Amino acid sequence: MTDRMGSATDAPKVGLFVTCLVDLFRPSVGFAAVRLLEAAGCRVEVPTVQTCCGQPAYNSGDRPDAVAIARNVIGAFETFDHVVVPSGSCAGMIKEHYPRLLADDADWAPRANHVARRCHELVSFLVDVRGWRPTRTRYDGRVTYHDSCSGLRELGIKAQPRYLLGDIDGVVLTEMADTEVCCGFGGTFCIKYPDISNRMVGDKVRAITTTGADTLLAGDLGCLLNLAGRLKRDGSPIRVRHVAEVLAGTCDDAPPIGEATNQPSGRP
Amino acid sequence: MQSTANVFPSNARRALADERLQSVLGMVDGFNGKRARAVDRLPEFEMLRDQARDIKNHTLQHLDHYLERFETRVTEAGGQVHWCRTAEEARQAVLGICRAVGATTVTKGKSMVTEEIALNRFLEQNGLVPVETDLGEYIIQLRQEAPSHIIAPAVHLSARDVEQTFRSHHGDLPDDRPLTEARDLVNEARTMLRQRFLEADVGITGANFLIAETGSTVIVTNEGNGDLTQVLPRVHVVVASLEKVVPTLEDATTILRLLARSATGQEFSTYTTFSTGPRRAGDADGPEAFHVVLLDNGRSALLGTELQEVLRCIRCGACMNHCPIYSNLGGHAYGWVYPGPIGAVLTPALLGVAEAHHLPNASTFCGRCESVCPMRIPLPRLMRHFRERAFRERLPPAQARWALRAWAWVTRRPRLYRLATGVAIGALGWLGRRRGRFRRFPMAGGWTAYRDLPAPQGETFMARWHRERGHDRRA
Ligand code: SF4
Repeated sequence: MTDRMGSATDAPKVGLFVTCLVDLFRPSVGFAAVRLLEAAGCRVEVPTVQTCCGQPAYNSGDRPDAVAIARNVIGAFETFDHVVVPSGSCAGMIKEHYPRLLADDADWAPRANHVARRCHELVSFLVDVRGWRPTRTRYDGRVTYHDSCSGLRELGIKAQPRYLLGDIDGVVLTEMADTEVCCGFGGTFCIKYPDISNRMVGDKVRAITTTGADTLLAGDLGCLLNLAGRLKRDGSPIRVRHVAEVLAGTCDDAPPIGEATNQPSGRP
Repeated sequence: MQSTANVFPSNARRALADERLQSVLGMVDGFNGKRARAVDRLPEFEMLRDQARDIKNHTLQHLDHYLERFETRVTEAGGQVHWCRTAEEARQAVLGICRAVGATTVTKGKSMVTEEIALNRFLEQNGLVPVETDLGEYIIQLRQEAPSHIIAPAVHLSARDVEQTFRSHHGDLPDDRPLTEARDLVNEARTMLRQRFLEADVGITGANFLIAETGSTVIVTNEGNGDLTQVLPRVHVVVASLEKVVPTLEDATTILRLLARSATGQEFSTYTTFSTGPRRAGDADGPEAFHVVLLDNGRSALLGTELQEVLRCIRCGACMNHCPIYSNLGGHAYGWVYPGPIGAVLTPALLGVAEAHHLPNASTFCGRCESVCPMRIPLPRLMRHFRERAFRERLPPAQARWALRAWAWVTRRPRLYRLATGVAIGALGWLGRRRGRFRRFPMAGGWTAYRDLPAPQGETFMARWHRERGHDRRA
């Protein structure tokens, strides 16, 4: 990996919003993100008052709690040059929805807009803002990439992860059918309507399996937990990972999602 | 139509378990590829969406003005407008028109608004014989079912289902008559309907547009049945909701360029028919009388609110064709007239959030509906509006609400959150270390019924970051 600006003092100061799922389920994604950001010449800090972006409350209609959580996040991140998030869904929350949530609040609306303007999803930040490309990074696998709905439609992220994966030695990318269809995760949706969610993840897993890929990547841990959970329940050997782990070359640090060991075949 | 939207979860379960239904559900997918190609062929499609949105926004802002102008023009052309606040008023208006001409048989073109006011049943109860003439509507009328899609009402049925329907309802149909091909079925329906077209005293259609400038009503069909419905009987009744009005013919044609492309991927529907008033002296054909039954039914209450945007809808069906919930359940599970994402907004808007709060909640907010809606209606945002109302009115189950509030209470307190999650994640990581996932998990039955739960790595990011990089930590 290149180290464009190293520790230059003019390196932008990036606040990493880890997301609750990465914090709790898969810290290795957060560390991969830090590594990528540093390789792209950023100084990375992780404010410790962050918890969650508030989507569970916001999407359940609990606006007061969503507002309170949004203020916490805004307060923690407003001094950074950039706020970077390894999730399209949480980045979309901060970028698109915080300004809307706080639009009627004269004090908070400008602060929400300020943070929203500086907020980026990780992969799109690397490509669009930093112009970074991986070098001498290897991952041997036939990969298929799942676009998360918020990343795709709220933030327009589609080309960027594919562009970077094109620079990873050993990766062969095969697209699945219906790439723009949801995997059925939907946060609390998958708990509230498990039968419908199950059908959706079933459709998606079929599309994934049909590609013949041995690795599934995506940029959102919510989708990934859902897809890995179903693939593993079905006994599939497909390895499931966050795209940041492959781009950072840190796959050796942790087994694929839902697996206990790091065997290349992914079989338990 | 009687709503069952309040029991959506059980409707949904039934739909998922219905193998016959599941085997035909893929059918609307065909529209999507055609839509995508039609959009690709029209470079100005995105610009047209903006124009169409602006036309409707302008009209809705001055709705009273345009509706009054529409009425003036209809009257000048020799027709009559009936203003109806409620479904009941609209039913009575139609019945009154039918009675005044001593009608017995009424033919109908496809119209969602007449489904909304449950017109057929009402007319039957009052001794009239309504006959649906759109093929799909005709089939479901025989089966006494509701439409399952706003432009393809019988899309929940296979050709074989239709054959069986015809065999059991068309009395004199010989057993050896082939009815397996689509063309056989169409011919059979056509034979039955031809007679009805000639018998009918009144023809009822809906409208895709009402044009204020000319007092015209516009319908768009692919079968031509709408034309026969409105031209052959003595009286033509148009039943339309008030947001169908647009200022000018040109506005209507702008939106028409989006409608068929978004609906079926056609550039234009086969028939686009403009009707203005009754037959004039010297006209070759046309009805003797022309009525427009203009329905509000709760729509005007949406004006000036965030929900006004839903009134831009042109009922193209693109949102449901692209909805992963709709495509797994079909339309009937939604429990009322309008299924899919538009139904998830319109049903609570018109019937109330207590009746329909499940519909806007049963979405992943994947946003695909909004991305294809030709009128740029922010459907997820409007669904969220109803989620917030439902939450305020305590409609979701108490257990779910309290779990959420408890989670939020902790989440708003980072130190406590750190402490609680650190302990829990440590324990889970340890428990899951052998398999890397759980097959069963307390209180996550909805998840683990169908999927494993990947185990956490065991230490939170925050704890590990603090451990490894504690020196450059910022509070
Ligand atoms: S909401 Fe939009 S996509 Fe859905 S039917 Fe109406 S106009 Fe078509």
